[in-house]
Amino acid sequence: MDEKQARSADIVGRGAQDGARLFREWFQSMTEVSAGGGRAAYVFVMGSMAEVLRVFDYPMVFPEIHSLQMAVRRVAHEYLNQAEDYGYSPDICGYVKADIALQLRQGDHPMGRIPPPSLAVLTNACNTYIKWAEIWERMYSIPIFTLDIPGTRRAGGQTWPGNADFENDKRYVAGQIQEFIGICEEQTGRRFDIDRLRQVLTYTNDMVRGWHRVLELNASRPGVFNALTDGTIYLGVSNAFRGTAEGARYFQELVQEMEYKAASGIGILPEEKHRLIFVGVPCYPIFRRFNELFSEWGGVFVSSTYLWFASGGTNLGFEYDLSRPLDSLAEGILISVRHAMDSMFFQDRALIGMVERFHVDGVVYHPIKSCRTTSAGLADNRRAFMQATDLPSLFIESDMMDKRVVSEAQMKNRIDAFFEGLNARRLQSAAA
Amino acid sequence: MDTSPVLDAASLDGRSFENILKDIQEVFDDTTFPTVRRWREQGGKVVGHFQVYFPEEIAEAAGLLPFKVRGAPVEAVRAESRFGSYLCSILKTSLELALAGTVDLDLFVSHPICDAARNLAAVWGRNVDYPCDILYLPQNANSAHAARYLRDEYARLQRAIEQVAGAPILEDDLRRSISVFNENRRLLRRLYAVKRETPWLLAIDEVYILTALGGLIPRREHNSLLQALLPIIEARPARPQDKIRVVLEGGFCEQPPLDLLRAIGQTCYVVDDDLLIGLRWILDDVSLDGDPLLNLARAYLEQSSYSVVQHDLRKPKEKMLLERARGAGADAVILSAAKMCEPGLEDQVAYSKALDEAGLPYFVTEFEEKMTSFDQLQIQLETFVENILFT
Repeated sequence: MDEKQARSADIVGRGAQDGARLFREWFQSMTEVSAGGGRAAYVFVMGSMAEVLRVFDYPMVFPEIHSLQMAVRRVAHEYLNQAEDYGYSPDICGYVKADIALQLRQGDHPMGRIPPPSLAVLTNACNTYIKWAEIWERMYSIPIFTLDIPGTRRAGGQTWPGNADFENDKRYVAGQIQEFIGICEEQTGRRFDIDRLRQVLTYTNDMVRGWHRVLELNASRPGVFNALTDGTIYLGVSNAFRGTAEGARYFQELVQEMEYKAASGIGILPEEKHRLIFVGVPCYPIFRRFNELFSEWGGVFVSSTYLWFASGGTNLGFEYDLSRPLDSLAEGILISVRHAMDSMFFQDRALIGMVERFHVDGVVYHPIKSCRTTSAGLADNRRAFMQATDLPSLFIESDMMDKRVVSEAQMKNRIDAFFEGLNARRLQSAAA
Repeated sequence: MDTSPVLDAASLDGRSFENILKDIQEVFDDTTFPTVRRWREQGGKVVGHFQVYFPEEIAEAAGLLPFKVRGAPVEAVRAESRFGSYLCSILKTSLELALAGTVDLDLFVSHPICDAARNLAAVWGRNVDYPCDILYLPQNANSAHAARYLRDEYARLQRAIEQVAGAPILEDDLRRSISVFNENRRLLRRLYAVKRETPWLLAIDEVYILTALGGLIPRREHNSLLQALLPIIEARPARPQDKIRVVLEGGFCEQPPLDLLRAIGQTCYVVDDDLLIGLRWILDDVSLDGDPLLNLARAYLEQSSYSVVQHDLRKPKEKMLLERARGAGADAVILSAAKMCEPGLEDQVAYSKALDEAGLPYFVTEFEEKMTSFDQLQIQLETFVENILFT
């Protein structure tokens, strides 16, 4: 092995391996909290308030993450059935039902044990967050805090600092953050430490800078990471380790890896035939197979709206101004979570803007039964996208949790036909 | 602007309530929304607002017609292709009204009441050439900053409405409008009091039609009609029947078909409900002193009803339902939810467990605005009622 090969072996794939290790450790830490009789702050990926919670050393549980892990580990149906037996409808969010069953099982999870909540923090980025937290409130009589973040009022109508409407929104968010800090102080008996916040914001800034760069690097040809599979690992780290030294270091190293791959021309597949964008939430009950249905045709996902909204909009790259930490925190959360919402409701505009830069050959829309937030508007988004570009797109429905609504054979037929169309199109354009 | 009224209050003299209601129901049943069309033909402008609550006072102050978009029993031929599967009907049929050109608006406003509906303004906006706005009503009703935020959000909405109207809205315009709506709320409260205290005088479907009419016509006209009708209703020669008193919960957004309400009314007195709760959201008069927008904002937060799509720590939904049932002297509760309505279905669990604990019988059902067969429901409901009456 020469020096170049040795360096390649050392660096390529490191992000996926380290991400998996960090997550094993994270679940282990949750198990330890639970075993010690401790509790955790329950938070969500779109507006986790990690920056404030870290200041108070709250362990943090991401119910979306522990729920999706049940599907990846193919036990989600057991939890879903239990929640439905308890009374919940088959027609509500699978994440919620899986978590309810987990609570009924005292936190028992295939990767460890999840501690019960001490408080819950949620934003309005997803209405189900609110209903979900109300369930914990009933189960545990814990404080729940809704950080209400006004979104974009009209397509293309975002406002920015200095605009009176933006400043009204920011004042509201900032006021709520102060109220939330008060709740944390009361619950922990500790005073809020602004210097500690600065430190946490520094880590988040490092992380966000790295995340932004990693996403941009996938414009390289060939693409340097699979936005569907690898991207989900990176996304998990960006949420669970937000505002930590480990998270900041992880993303610095991930940038190194991706820059190395881009410079060396190391792609995702031996032969990258079709560059795709994924829109929606992955099909976790058959996660690996779902990806194979595309990769077998040489299809690679170079971007995914999931990596935008489920990172709380940090893909936008907002960095906090450490000279005015609380004011900047309010501004950053408002802008980033609003961007996460835009990535779900108005994403057609962003996708159209990416086509040339990312050399996109097609777009895959994947609405799911469980999540109306991310799915209800996709058919119309696709229509708008197709009107604006001449790119092929695929629309396949399944679920992120419930294998009862995942039909692999049906999906395969549709995906095969999509790629046959892409290949025929390429031949036609070569012949023209 | 003034338009010719749906029914001239002066023309009601000597007519029976049933006869008058027949005319009103014709307007209600007409899925071409003739009152909106007539308003536009006379040069008026229309703000369509999706369920649940909307500060209609601001639109009316600008001389616009606030039109409550609440779906319709129509086939969503065009709208079906704009949405994915697993969705409630009201989203599709509401959009269908716009895509089919049934209802022409000058501004459409929705707010993120649920995961599905929060997509509506974006979808709507991509398909029409008039502005479509999202109104962010506060979901942190418990924040000390919510009222101020909402006041300024209403100011933003006011500017959007002024652009459509082509003229500024003055504070006095707002006060006059609030005063009209205060009167409307008083009349609706009186109507609901009749239903609660003498339910044999006013069936659930009747009160529902009378309430829904408010979302279709100018409020002044609605007020005149209700003022004329209430004495007629109170003088109806009906006698009490052997029916149980129930509260109906689940009509906050998608509306159950009128025949479903009639089916329920055949065996039960519905003494309270959350049908079109947005039109009855504010429970008391809104103050006319001081800043009208701040008064409207405070009323939304502090003088309001409850719904499964509004989060307020002071209003745990199951506690509020029990209060509604007890306040109405109900013997039982009908828990209904529109098919695929996530918030409605989620809270059914909390409701049923709270009702179990309180020992209050309940009947659980689902509906869809387009459903046409109610035989099965009626048999189940009769069995439920008999169990209460005879055990």
